[in-house]
Amino acid sequence: MTLDMELALQTFFEESNELLSDMERILLDVEMDATTPEQLNALFRAMHTIKGSAGLFALDDVVRFTHQVENALDHLRDGSLQLDEELAGLLLRCHDHVKTLLDALAAKEALPVDAGLPLLEELSARLNHGAAPQPSAEPAPAEAAAPSPAEARASAWLISLRLGPDVLRNGMDPASFIRYLHTMGRIERIEAISVKLPAGAAFDPESNYLRLELIFAGEVEIGALWDAFEFAREDSRIHIWPLDEAPAHLAELSGEVDAAEAAALQAVWQRFGLPDATAPAIEAVAAPAAVETAAAVTPRAESGKAVHAEARQPKPPESKFIKVEAGKLDSLINLIGELVIAGAAANLMARRADQTPLVEATLAISSLIEQIRAGTLSMRMIQIGEIFNRFPRVVRDVSRELGKDIQLTISGADTELDKSMVDKLGDPLMHIVRNAIDHGIEDTAQRRAAGKPDTGTIWLNAYHESGSVVIEVADDGGGLRRDRILAKAVERNLVPADATLSDQEIFKLIFEPGFSTAEQVTNLSGRGVGMDVVRKSIEQLRGSVDIDSEPQLGSTFRIRLPLTLAIIDGFLVQNGDATFVVPLEAVIECIELPPAQQQEGTHDCLNLRGEILPLLHLSTFFELGAAPGKRQNVVVVRFGDSKAGLVVDELLGEYQTVIKPLGSLFRHLKAISGSTILGTGEVALILDIPSLIHYATRKESERYSPDGEAGRRSRTGSPS
Amino acid sequence: MSAPNRDTAPAAEAAGDTGQYLTFQLAGDTFAIGILAIKEILEYVPLTQVPLMPNFIRGVMNLRGAVVPVIDLARRFGRAATPIGRRTGIVIIEVTYEEQQLYIGVLVDAVHEVLAIPSSDIEPPPQFGGKIRADFIAGMAKVDTRFVMLLHVERALSVDEMTQLTDLQADSTLDMRLEID
Repeated sequence: MTLDMELALQTFFEESNELLSDMERILLDVEMDATTPEQLNALFRAMHTIKGSAGLFALDDVVRFTHQVENALDHLRDGSLQLDEELAGLLLRCHDHVKTLLDALAAKEALPVDAGLPLLEELSARLNHGAAPQPSAEPAPAEAAAPSPAEARASAWLISLRLGPDVLRNGMDPASFIRYLHTMGRIERIEAISVKLPAGAAFDPESNYLRLELIFAGEVEIGALWDAFEFAREDSRIHIWPLDEAPAHLAELSGEVDAAEAAALQAVWQRFGLPDATAPAIEAVAAPAAVETAAAVTPRAESGKAVHAEARQPKPPESKFIKVEAGKLDSLINLIGELVIAGAAANLMARRADQTPLVEATLAISSLIEQIRAGTLSMRMIQIGEIFNRFPRVVRDVSRELGKDIQLTISGADTELDKSMVDKLGDPLMHIVRNAIDHGIEDTAQRRAAGKPDTGTIWLNAYHESGSVVIEVADDGGGLRRDRILAKAVERNLVPADATLSDQEIFKLIFEPGFSTAEQVTNLSGRGVGMDVVRKSIEQLRGSVDIDSEPQLGSTFRIRLPLTLAIIDGFLVQNGDATFVVPLEAVIECIELPPAQQQEGTHDCLNLRGEILPLLHLSTFFELGAAPGKRQNVVVVRFGDSKAGLVVDELLGEYQTVIKPLGSLFRHLKAISGSTILGTGEVALILDIPSLIHYATRKESERYSPDGEAGRRSRTGSPS
Repeated sequence: MSAPNRDTAPAAEAAGDTGQYLTFQLAGDTFAIGILAIKEILEYVPLTQVPLMPNFIRGVMNLRGAVVPVIDLARRFGRAATPIGRRTGIVIIEVTYEEQQLYIGVLVDAVHEVLAIPSSDIEPPPQFGGKIRADFIAGMAKVDTRFVMLLHVERALSVDEMTQLTDLQADSTLDMRLEID
């Protein structure tokens, strides 16, 4: 196939996957409460669209399977079949099969067609059982073009080609189709009908006036013939029939054209030796609606006999989304970043020039840029619900498999997160949720013994917190068994037997490679692979995982991710010559450093309204070599639940900044998350507060501990 | 700043074995880099220092909206830092790293000219006596009576090696502190 087809196929896969996830969501919803006609329609539409598109690409196995499912859904839609939990489960499995088929197609692997047969049997059993004995093969009008499992096959075909007048202008030569047909078989007869050919000046050499009728002999499938006209289907009238069935369609064909052409057509067919079947077919002409509803998308035989390609695309359902290539959006965001910088520079100039009208003009521009910025950024943000949505299904399947009764509560699904992050979060979250189901929630018997409700609960929650996104997976199970983890860790020599560890540190041991405390290995989890992968993938996103756990009350996995975005709101501070940007979300307040505290040293503490605030002198810490300013200020920043004070020389105020990545050379640099270009053209570095504090903590603990190792253990996690 | 020698340029293209090189002054020696790797030559602009980095990374600069690291080659060669003077320039060099194009600025004392050097005039680097790491030098070219060191850009500006050094730097700061305390 051509490159275009490859691209189109890609679009088909994407679309189908969207439709399938819609379908899944609806099926899962359906299990919870009563169905609405819209839901059933949506289900039907999903299958129908996939089937139609699959037909366009001649993916017959997909078409065959989806047709049956669609059939069942049609019965659901007209009420002759009731959707119950069992059927929903069956449909979910059908959904899975379609997905498997599509995945296999996308990976260009052999299709596991046979796997679908039991499903189809079950489906038809349900149909015969639940539905009034309807002719199940009867397709709905909208799917008149649906192919039947028995693909039409014949040795002689009648092909009637009325290529559109613009076919030449579109760069296609009718002769090339004929030549192509010639490669597939033999063209027995061919005649052109030229009644439409105008005389004299009316003749436009770039228009096609000819109608071609031909008899083609060759052992081919009808699909292959249709493929030959793939590109001409638009605005063309093409008919292909097995030769022996063709006469029955003559009248119908004649009905499509004017009298002169019809007469010529009949003459040609007679010369072809086809019996004149006009007389009995006149009725058919009178009821054209019955046959002419074929959609071009699925040019397949109605019950395997004839095909109509009324080459007009049916209008696709109004789409609410426009797909944009991620690269385009990124470059747009980059450009807007430049615009923000340029706008800030212009504003600075105007203020320096002291020209009030100019300042006002730049302010107006700035506010517009701000709106564009917000809009563009929001394009890149997607709701985390997109990943959360796949979990009801996971919880349902896995809990059934394990014989546990578990409900899933989702909150904060509208929390927005960068698209690129969302893509990478799915797998680690999946691991954690599966773990919670398998290890977290206890058996019903155990739950009863512990006085808990039979139904276990898993919570998925997401929220924004000080410049980060926090995602929580919590369960009300037995909690992590601290002693067992510790024992296992000692057994595996991960920690010395006499180590004193905080709960947090013990829980974090489960992220060590190959660590599992489950007594028996299930096929879900317990093999000890997974949690270390979880930690790795989260760390790749520059995030962190924390675990809270209470015996008998459950555990909470808390994933904290940075909002890595192209633009952030920052707070500018200055130290000597160096300008730094503190993410505004992390800033709580700014205070002046009491003169008594302005001593040398990297760390000390400040009494902030009775609270101990650890201080970090940026100049000293970064070894900037600049003498501290006369007046120093403290920026109180928040990192998770902890606070710290950054000692800086000057506070320059809020500033919108475009994050410019520092590049590969600086990728090991913790403490700095990126850079930005100020209105003056200077580069300022953006501080990564959690990393900075973590790094400072590490340095500090190594500095004061006698052997380094133990000191690090006892101090991690707290910035003081 | 640069004075491309236009007379030699067409001749260089005609003869396949003649390469064009930009020569510049660095810590008292004359070095050369093939012009194909060079993106542009700029006057020195104040740089933004990046903390916690090895000292040969002088900082980052704003190259029309892109943030570009600037390397002090003298320090990379183990010499004293390049002093900033009137003729100090930054040569922006394009390197490929992990299939991506990166720009790296190189601080130089002064930019001289573009020379066409026939490959017959280039000799392999001496085993020692080149005053800098031998693998940073791609060859020695005789120009008039002087020797010009042709820089091996991929090695001298190896992003891999520099990031490794960055890593070491982060650890060594910790070690240093331990020792001091």
